[in-house]
Amino acid sequence: MAGILVLAEARRGELRDVSLELITAATELKARAGGELAVALIDATPERYVARLAAAGVDEVLTVRSPVAQFEPHVSARAVEGLIERLRPTLVLAAHSIDALGFVPAVAATGGRGFLSDVTALGWDDGPVAIRGAYGDKLVAEYDFPGKATTLLLLRAGTFAPAAAGDGGGGARVTEVAIELDGVARTEHGGYREVPAGDVDITKADFLLSIGRGVEEKDNIERFEELARRLGATLSVSRPLVDAGWVPGARQVGQSGKTVKPRVYLALGISGAVQHLAGMRTAETIIAVNTDPEAPIFGVAHYGAVIDMFELADELEQALD
Amino acid sequence: MKVVVPVKQVVVLDDEFELLPDGSGVDPDGIESELNEWDTFSLEAALQLRDAAGDGEVVAITVGDEDAEEGLLAALAKGADRGVRVWHDELQGADALAVARVLAGAVGRESPDLVLCGVQSSDAINSATGIALAGFLSLPHVAVVTGIASDGSALTVERELEGGLVELVRVSLPALLTIQTGINEPRYATLRAIKQARDKPMEVCSPADLGIDSAQLAASIGARRRRLAMPDRGGGAEIIEGSAADVAARIATIVKERMD
Repeated sequence: MAGILVLAEARRGELRDVSLELITAATELKARAGGELAVALIDATPERYVARLAAAGVDEVLTVRSPVAQFEPHVSARAVEGLIERLRPTLVLAAHSIDALGFVPAVAATGGRGFLSDVTALGWDDGPVAIRGAYGDKLVAEYDFPGKATTLLLLRAGTFAPAAAGDGGGGARVTEVAIELDGVARTEHGGYREVPAGDVDITKADFLLSIGRGVEEKDNIERFEELARRLGATLSVSRPLVDAGWVPGARQVGQSGKTVKPRVYLALGISGAVQHLAGMRTAETIIAVNTDPEAPIFGVAHYGAVIDMFELADELEQALD
Repeated sequence: MKVVVPVKQVVVLDDEFELLPDGSGVDPDGIESELNEWDTFSLEAALQLRDAAGDGEVVAITVGDEDAEEGLLAALAKGADRGVRVWHDELQGADALAVARVLAGAVGRESPDLVLCGVQSSDAINSATGIALAGFLSLPHVAVVTGIASDGSALTVERELEGGLVELVRVSLPALLTIQTGINEPRYATLRAIKQARDKPMEVCSPADLGIDSAQLAASIGARRRRLAMPDRGGGAEIIEGSAADVAARIATIVKERMD
C-alpha cells in the first residue's frame, strides 16, 4: 500500500490545465510518499490525453472508459473506488474544481478515508500533511490524517506550477483499467450554455476598476461606473454584485466569471474570496482598497490601502474635476 | 414536496480577533456568528419548491450547539416548517465529513424528496458537506446548482462550471443538490414571523439518538487539525498610508506609471 494517484480532468475534449498542476504536486511529494505515481483519466475517450499526461515523473497512466460522454459524478465516484481498490494509494490528488467537488467528498465519506479540500500546500510527516485556509481564509490551518489508509486531497488550482506535458516519448506505462460503469450514471447531461456576452469584454481591458460588496447599494454602482470611465478604466465586479442582479454576469471576475490579466487591477471593496482571486491574481499590478486590514485580497495585492472606498472615490473625483 | 435543508450557523471573525496562544483556535471574544449566506439561498429554493408544489414541508436541520439555534430560528422565521438540531460535545471541531455523517442520520429518517445544501459555508469553505451527505445517503446528487426546474418527479438543474459555462443536468427525485449564491433572491423574515418562529416545532437530539455511536463518529472524521496560524502574506502588499487624499494621489501615480 503506497504511491500517489492523480485524478486528471478533461472537459469538452480538452485536458484541464489543473491536471498538470496536480502532477507537479505529486512529483514533489513522490520521494517521501514512496511507491509509484499514477495518473488516471476517466473519460469517454481517455486515450486522447494519454501522451500529455505521461509527464516526467509519472510511472503509469491509467485510462478508465466512461460510458457517458460528459462528466457524471456517480460514474466518476465508482471509477475512483475501483482505482483505489486496485492501487491502494496513500494519497489521491484531485483538483478543487467544480467536477471533483461533485463526487470526491462522497468517495472520501463513504470509504472512511482522509479528506481535505482547497489545499494550498503539501508536506510529509510520517504521512501526508496539508495546509488550507480557515475562518474564511483569514487564517491558515495545518492538517494530518492519522489512521487513514488512503487520503483524498483537492488542490487549489493555480497553486502549483503546471508540469511540462508529456510529448508521447515518456517512459510511463499506459494501462486501460476495466471498471464496470454501465448503468452507474444517475444524472443525465442536457447540454451546455455560455453566459451571454455583455457590452464589453473585460478580458481585453488594460485597466480594470473592480468593485465588490463594499459598494453596498445598487444605486452606488453608477458612481463607480462614471469614475472608471473618467479614469480610463473598465468596470468589473466580484460575484455578489452579479448574484444580486445589479450587474450583468459578463462583468464578473473570478472562477465562475472571467479570468483577467490587465496591466492594472484596482479592487475597491473586494475582500478577495478564493474564487475571486483565481480570476485576477495574474494581473500585472494589483491595488486593493478595503476597510478590513485582514481581507485576503491584501495577500495577492502589490499595493494596499485600508480606507473606505467611498472616501477614496471622493478624492479621486476631486482630483479629476 | 418534502425538502430538507441542512443549515449552518457560521463563525465570523471581527476586526480585532486574536489567536489563542497555543494556536488551537481563535479567542472566543473575537467571534460573531450568523446564518451561512449559501444556506439562505438553499432555504429560499426549498420554500419556493414547496409553495409551487402546493403541499409538503421544509425541514431545516443543523449540527451545532445551543448558539446554532439562532440560525435554525432564522430559517423557521423565513418559512421553514420545523427545525432539528443535533449536538453532542464530542462534535466540537467536527470536520465536513463528520458533520455529514451526523446529518445523514437526521436527514435519512425524514425520507425527503429533495435535500438542498449550500455549496459551502463562509467560514470553513470546504464545499464538501453536501456531497459527502449524498454519499452517505446514496442519493443522486448535483453540485453547484444555479437553477432548478421541477416537474414533480424529476428536476432539470443548471450546474455552474468554471469560466462562465453552465451545464444542464437532469436528475430524478429523490436527490441532493448543493445550491450556489445568486440562484434566487432570499426573502427576509417579517418581525411577526421572527416572533412566531419560536412557536414552530424544534427537536433537539444527539448523534446517539440517531443511532450514531462515538466510534462511528471518530471513524468518519476526514482530517485532524494540528495547528492554526496567521497567514504568511509573503511579500504582501505595500500598504499606502496617510489620508484618503494621500492614498488617492499615490494610486493615481501608480496607475499612471503602469499604464504609460
